Amino acid sequence: MFSLKQNSWFIRKVVIWRAVASIAWSVLLLPVTAAVFVLLSRFSLFHPIQWISDCTSLLAASSTVFSLVVLCGVVLITGFFNLEFYTLVPAIPCSRMALLGTVLHPRQCVHSLVYCTMGMLVMWCASVTIGGRYSTLGTPCRQSESGEVVTCLNEYHLFILLAGAFMGYSHSFLGVVQNMYYVSFQPIQQYKYPRFKGCLPMVVKCSVIQALYSARNFAAFYFFFGYAPKTWISSTLNLQIDSSIQPLDSLTGLLDFSLLYHLSISGTFLYLTWYLTVLLFRICVTEAYSFPVQSTFTEDAEQSLPKVLAEKNTLVMKFLALQDLALLSHHSLSRRLEVFSLSQPGGHAHNWNAISRECLSLLSELTQRLVAHQDAVASNGRVKSQSASSDTRSASSSSSVVSGTEDIAETPRLSVPLRTPGSVFKSSVGGANNALTAPFTPDVNSPFSSPAIRRLVGQQDRQSPCFGTEQSPHIMRRGPKLWSASTESQSSGSPPASPATVPSPPAASQKPSFLAQWLQNRREQVKSFLAKRVLIMYLFNKLPEASSQALFADSQAHIWALQGLSHLVAASFSEDQFGVVQTTLPNVLSCLVVLLEAVDRHFKLPHASSKPVRTICSMGDSTYKTLRFALRAALKTAIYKITTTFGEHLNAVNISTEHRKRLQQFLEFKD
Amino acid sequence: LKKKKKKKRETSDEMVAEFSQMLDWSDSALRSFAWHPHTDKFAVALLDDSIRIYKSNSSATPTLKHRCQRSVCALQWKPLCGSALAVACQSCLLIWHVDPTSLSTRPSSGCAQVLSHPGHSPITSIAWSPTGSLLVSASPVDTAMMVWDVAAESAVPLQRVGGGGVTYLSWSPDGSRLLAATPSALFRVWETRMWTCERWPCLKGSCQVRKLRKLSITVFELMYAFIYFFKLTFFSQTSWDPRGERLAVLLKGDSQAVNHPSVIAVFKTRSSPVFELLPCGFVMGEAGAEPRFMQFHPHFQHGALLTVCWSDGRISHVPFYFSSAGLLGGDSPQQALASNTADHSSNKLYTEQIS
Repeated sequence: MFSLKQNSWFIRKVVIWRAVASIAWSVLLLPVTAAVFVLLSRFSLFHPIQWISDCTSLLAASSTVFSLVVLCGVVLITGFFNLEFYTLVPAIPCSRMALLGTVLHPRQCVHSLVYCTMGMLVMWCASVTIGGRYSTLGTPCRQSESGEVVTCLNEYHLFILLAGAFMGYSHSFLGVVQNMYYVSFQPIQQYKYPRFKGCLPMVVKCSVIQALYSARNFAAFYFFFGYAPKTWISSTLNLQIDSSIQPLDSLTGLLDFSLLYHLSISGTFLYLTWYLTVLLFRICVTEAYSFPVQSTFTEDAEQSLPKVLAEKNTLVMKFLALQDLALLSHHSLSRRLEVFSLSQPGGHAHNWNAISRECLSLLSELTQRLVAHQDAVASNGRVKSQSASSDTRSASSSSSVVSGTEDIAETPRLSVPLRTPGSVFKSSVGGANNALTAPFTPDVNSPFSSPAIRRLVGQQDRQSPCFGTEQSPHIMRRGPKLWSASTESQSSGSPPASPATVPSPPAASQKPSFLAQWLQNRREQVKSFLAKRVLIMYLFNKLPEASSQALFADSQAHIWALQGLSHLVAASFSEDQFGVVQTTLPNVLSCLVVLLEAVDRHFKLPHASSKPVRTICSMGDSTYKTLRFALRAALKTAIYKITTTFGEHLNAVNISTEHRKRLQQFLEFKD
Repeated sequence: LKKKKKKKRETSDEMVAEFSQMLDWSDSALRSFAWHPHTDKFAVALLDDSIRIYKSNSSATPTLKHRCQRSVCALQWKPLCGSALAVACQSCLLIWHVDPTSLSTRPSSGCAQVLSHPGHSPITSIAWSPTGSLLVSASPVDTAMMVWDVAAESAVPLQRVGGGGVTYLSWSPDGSRLLAATPSALFRVWETRMWTCERWPCLKGSCQVRKLRKLSITVFELMYAFIYFFKLTFFSQTSWDPRGERLAVLLKGDSQAVNHPSVIAVFKTRSSPVFELLPCGFVMGEAGAEPRFMQFHPHFQHGALLTVCWSDGRISHVPFYFSSAGLLGGDSPQQALASNTADHSSNKLYTEQIS
């Protein structure tokens, strides 16, 4: 977890300090939220003066101060987890199985455990602060038979503590599901205080809603399973259970308005503490950072914008550098002039060359990624239609038709390289290395991958577990719906299904051996058995749009690169004295047009242009779900920006005829 | 419950009528009008809540209809884009994507994005940033104005207390500032880099101009201060042509008096070496028709083109032919102030009749 040593100067000098500042602010806010919590928890409508005086005396009490110290510890740990877990590129699971894998990951288990403990700690503080019947775990009570005073288990205290653990776990769980640690950047720049003020109502609302949901869920949970922890605690700590008091795991015990009120109030306090820490961290980390365009001294050279843009390892630095580029290209004349300036001595346009090279390589990398994805999807469709027919001819049993189709549906391109209409990109596809598609490559050894994939891995290792979604609609309509989804599960149900048992269609038609036939039938039975199980279907069903979202997960960087480039190019029309931009203008234009073609084709794929459902209120940021739309809009705006600025002068730029045709559409505002 | 809903709708309609740029919005056949910033194409919102798009070189007029498209108060085309049109409706904000090459006359409602935020309706003013990356929307009942990232469908509320709601928004041409007017005597000028704002109390009386001069302000602010000041006191609408050489002012008539119809006065303006405002003439409609709304064509080659929406549902285009003072160093005498009727016969290209 601790990897500070090999980190770059930016993490050490900027990100750490920003995180520290955010934690400091959260700690400073703690007394305020605690005071509000005290006021609400002791609320009494009919004795306002006593209520106020009670609260003031309680706020000054030593127990409250101790609670505050504990809460500070909780905030510190939360802040540390924020710094350790935050991400600028969200992890997008392609199926619920993948999501389950993330939830059960050891790192996530540690996270959940720590959050359970912290939840209990906060709830302990809350119960001490509320006082009354909640304050301690043991209470003196009189036994009914003998009449002697013994220590009994205070179920209210236990209830609140368990609620804390429950909320801690649900926070940690929802953190994964909703990508809580994904930090997105706002479309506009604001100072920290106004931004915090603007977000505060949303955070309070979210924590109230989340607390109410959790309170409801926990009450249900306690109703069914509350007996177990109660007896366990009472037996280990040797506490009696007071039979005179109504037990809480019953309907009458739970329908206690005051209990539910205190539960939801403390839950809100708990969530608010965490959410505020997350919010402050997001605000501090995404604050714009201004990198110098040119370094005055050689020791600062690594901190200058062109150098920082080329950095691959520190993602947060790269993102902030691109944001800075977009801002300077838009707002700052003096810094733009620095970009267009020539080096002294030598007269080379190092700044512009380095910056434009980085932006263009970023954009062409996205183009390659999109083209690789499209090729994989498109070739799936082609091969499927060919071999599906051969399968139909040779099929002996009716169900094998379906299985054959489906096996192919999962296979990547076999040998026929598909010529799609815009195959001008073929040369660049060759250059697409596996690193590009690495996140989309399935784990061949995993028990969930289909035998078809294993068989084909030798020929072609570019394959996405998400790609299955893309061509599935046709098949879904044709064959039984179940198969398109649960093909992967077939081998998980029958582990010994080796490549050898997959009968190649021609062989099967010529010589149906008894053993093969028998194995085939068994397999079909297992498959159909599994397909009927709703749970397995549910787990292995591909999440729609997931592959599209995964492809564009880091597109915020591309959007800034597009904005920066287009504004710089447009500004160069009047500000570039030495004409340094002119030399790269053809490259920029062709790169943008090629990217536009790739993006346009991507949006023609199924699911790619469907809008995600908007979440009503959650702390998890769902900006990444719409990044592809934002990228498309930014790309078109960038091209328009350049074409409207240069106008007819574009005819003098040396670009290919196809690209010129496309740009002409932009000049006429017909795109 | 139905009655309550109906009542709510009526009150919000009244509010829209009060703050709409279109005069007498509630009984006007034309609800809103917008020129495309780059091409010869404009959109008109009609009384039946549909929007029509007219192009100079095409007879196809796409009609836009959507379930949520009610009480349209403002239209604006996205700059640096051929297709996107923002529509301020009673309950939400619609972004239509009308493919300029398509020949379809009824784009499906799937072409429209619906943007809404609780508490942010009715929307009476919208403004795209000049780069087309942001859209700001305002409602007279919401003290926060929304800055939308339209493609991502996310909004950042910018809230300032005081003034009560935001009624009118306008970007400076270079995109560095944004004017936000409130229903009370107050407006704000936002700078759009860090989104901080300056409060400008609207001063009454003759000291206004003197006080404005004392503040160190840019031409843009002076321009908008003037426009805003004029609008509040004498005139209901002002429009400046993109070159800054013609200023059209819609003088609101007296509905009681017979001989006081609304009229458009046109001024010649010059900003250097000193600001000059010279009366130029009046634009009159046909008998009985009063001007309701006007807008200059954003890039007319030969001078300025003023488009006027009349109370009888006509739209007319009034060209002013002149050579730019910036190019020749003086105003050319060949300018012509075409009357409405002459315009109908001479310039068929732009004229469309809507009833």
